[in-house]
Amino acid sequence: MIDRRHFLGIGAAATLALVAGCTGGAGDDDTGAAGDFSGDVKGSITVLTNRTDLVDTTLAEYAKKFSAEHPGTTVQFQAVTNYEGDVTTQLSGGDYGDVLLIPNSVARPELGQFFEPLGTVDELAKKYRFTDEKAYEGQVYGLSLGGIAKGLVVNKKVWADAGITAPPKTPEEFLAGLQAIKQRTGAIPYYTNYKDGWPLSEFNNQRGILNQPDINDRFPEDASPWQPGKIQYLTDGLLYDIVHNGLSEKDPLTTNWESSKPMLATGKTAAMLLGSWAVPQMQAAAKTANVSPDDIALWPFPYQKDGKFHAQITGDYSAAVSKSSGNKATAKAFLDWFVNESGFAAGQQAIPTALSQPMPKVIQDFENAGVELLSLPAATTNSGKEDEIIKESEIDLAGNIYRQKLVDIARGAAKGDKDSYFADLNKRWGAARSKVMK
Amino acid sequence: MTRRRSPWLYLAPALILLITFTYVPVGNMIWYSFHSWDGLKPAMEPVGLGNYVRVFTDEQYWRVFLISLYYFAASFAQIAIALYFAVILSFSTRFRNLFKGILFFPYLLNGVAVGFVFLYFFQPGGTLDTLLGGHTPLWLGDPDVANFSLAGTSVWRFTGLTFVLFLGAIQSIPGEIYEAAEIDGANRWHQVRHIIVPGIKRIISLSFILAISGSLSAFEIPFIMTGGANGTTTFVIQAYQTAFGFRKIGLASAMAVVLLLIVLLVTWIQRRLVPDEEVTLS
Repeated sequence: MIDRRHFLGIGAAATLALVAGCTGGAGDDDTGAAGDFSGDVKGSITVLTNRTDLVDTTLAEYAKKFSAEHPGTTVQFQAVTNYEGDVTTQLSGGDYGDVLLIPNSVARPELGQFFEPLGTVDELAKKYRFTDEKAYEGQVYGLSLGGIAKGLVVNKKVWADAGITAPPKTPEEFLAGLQAIKQRTGAIPYYTNYKDGWPLSEFNNQRGILNQPDINDRFPEDASPWQPGKIQYLTDGLLYDIVHNGLSEKDPLTTNWESSKPMLATGKTAAMLLGSWAVPQMQAAAKTANVSPDDIALWPFPYQKDGKFHAQITGDYSAAVSKSSGNKATAKAFLDWFVNESGFAAGQQAIPTALSQPMPKVIQDFENAGVELLSLPAATTNSGKEDEIIKESEIDLAGNIYRQKLVDIARGAAKGDKDSYFADLNKRWGAARSKVMK
Repeated sequence: MTRRRSPWLYLAPALILLITFTYVPVGNMIWYSFHSWDGLKPAMEPVGLGNYVRVFTDEQYWRVFLISLYYFAASFAQIAIALYFAVILSFSTRFRNLFKGILFFPYLLNGVAVGFVFLYFFQPGGTLDTLLGGHTPLWLGDPDVANFSLAGTSVWRFTGLTFVLFLGAIQSIPGEIYEAAEIDGANRWHQVRHIIVPGIKRIISLSFILAISGSLSAFEIPFIMTGGANGTTTFVIQAYQTAFGFRKIGLASAMAVVLLLIVLLVTWIQRRLVPDEEVTLS
């Protein structure tokens, strides 16, 4: 192993300081002891957020409210458009605000390098949901700002027009339903949002359907997840079948996420695999288009285990206190206030992080339809292995590149078929797995 | 202050900027390319030439070079179109300034805007389909057509730049030479063939270098329009995905170094084939 800060030999003497400044940020000296939030709650803090749409409205009001409750404090929200990429870069630079959302690119073992531990998992789990999502070795580094349930966002009216009023229970039933929509209504049965890409990654968020709580830990142990009956076969296989049977949009390359919202709201398309977070956005689109927002509903992924639907719930971005913050007391106070008292989760129709708060209506309806909500603990014994296999095999399980290829194959735009592609994925995954798991 | 030091003093700002923002990053990149690093870890693992071996042996990596051929072929069309218009508009043509503006305008547009405009242009039932009517392919959805569509967009965008380069060069040819040629009985074609083309040879060869490096490093337009999906991944998109999707900074740096070396090599070959001699028209 070579410390990259030793790379100072090249370049003129005048530029040495600059090199060190540019490349030597990450993992520098700790400021203060870990997890120490003592001190007065006053002064100003900077909060990084990905919500460019809310920064000047809702979030600014929260900032005002917090200052009113804690005189002598000011909260500055800073919206970052390309949150993942930009903040990851800022992390290695060392200047990343006082409170921020933990970018997903930070692997668990690296959490302690950038963020203050907030308490132990055992202790915080009594009060909060999703505590283990950003935890490492029993320490929690971030609190989720609200959670979501995974599932299909549908336009119930289009489904009813095709004669289907209850959520399909099997992939076959779902495909038959889409077929009926294609024949009886003018709607595009399923919209993949292939061009924007990230909606395809929702197919990776359906692990709850198997009702297997340790699935994340077991996943890296499986050398061929694309075998019939296994999770990737179920989810990616459904995507393949939808596209292969011509039940999705005609030209996937020109899809557009923003315009897909009014399409679903007005019944031009019937279903998209997203999650509860998308329901308020679709309902807003329905209101804009002057159609009833009540037609938009969340349905479970069409698969039942032991006669019951199961859906995974996960926390959205987790907020954390920056290790480099100069005002940790205020930062921690704000984080606690934001999660417990601001009402942010309720306003977003998200599953509240605090266990004591009630579920939003969309989730209540979802549960009333007979769906069991399931929070899947992250891998523990095999922690981080899945990411390593993803990197090694370059099958971006949580992304869209290999799923776009899957759609291309399914619509006949690339060579192969379902069996050959799944065999190839199994082979690549298995080879990478044997390197990572040893 | 001695007389010997003062030139360096004047050069310093430029040199510091150049070293800080060009040579140091390139040095860093070369250093990264010999390591396995995820961009965040404080330590990097040296892997020797491993990354380079991978770039050249893994089909997934070298195959993307083939996509550049579409853009390279398109750049010939681009040079031809630009030369044609530059020649025509260098003679006295009606509304020539207006046409110059129209031809140069696409180059001034933001690449992101161009991407979005053409996204609508290529949509099923979009502008192009309306213009052509009847049976049209899916311009971006059909894998056999998609790269031509993207390369075409690229031609539309960059023809203006090549055009301006040619026009400037043509206008630097002294007017007396044309007069003399006319007296000798040369028609317009003869003037193009024997005066203009030899006169701007250096600019044409520069355009080819730009075309080659441009087609190898095509990124903006395919990235915005297709994100590299449907078999349109170019070398730079692949490097981008490797670096920021799979966080293999070392491997991606190796790809970037390979790209740099190829461009240098092509430039060198090109300079050997077309030596940089002084052009004399007299």
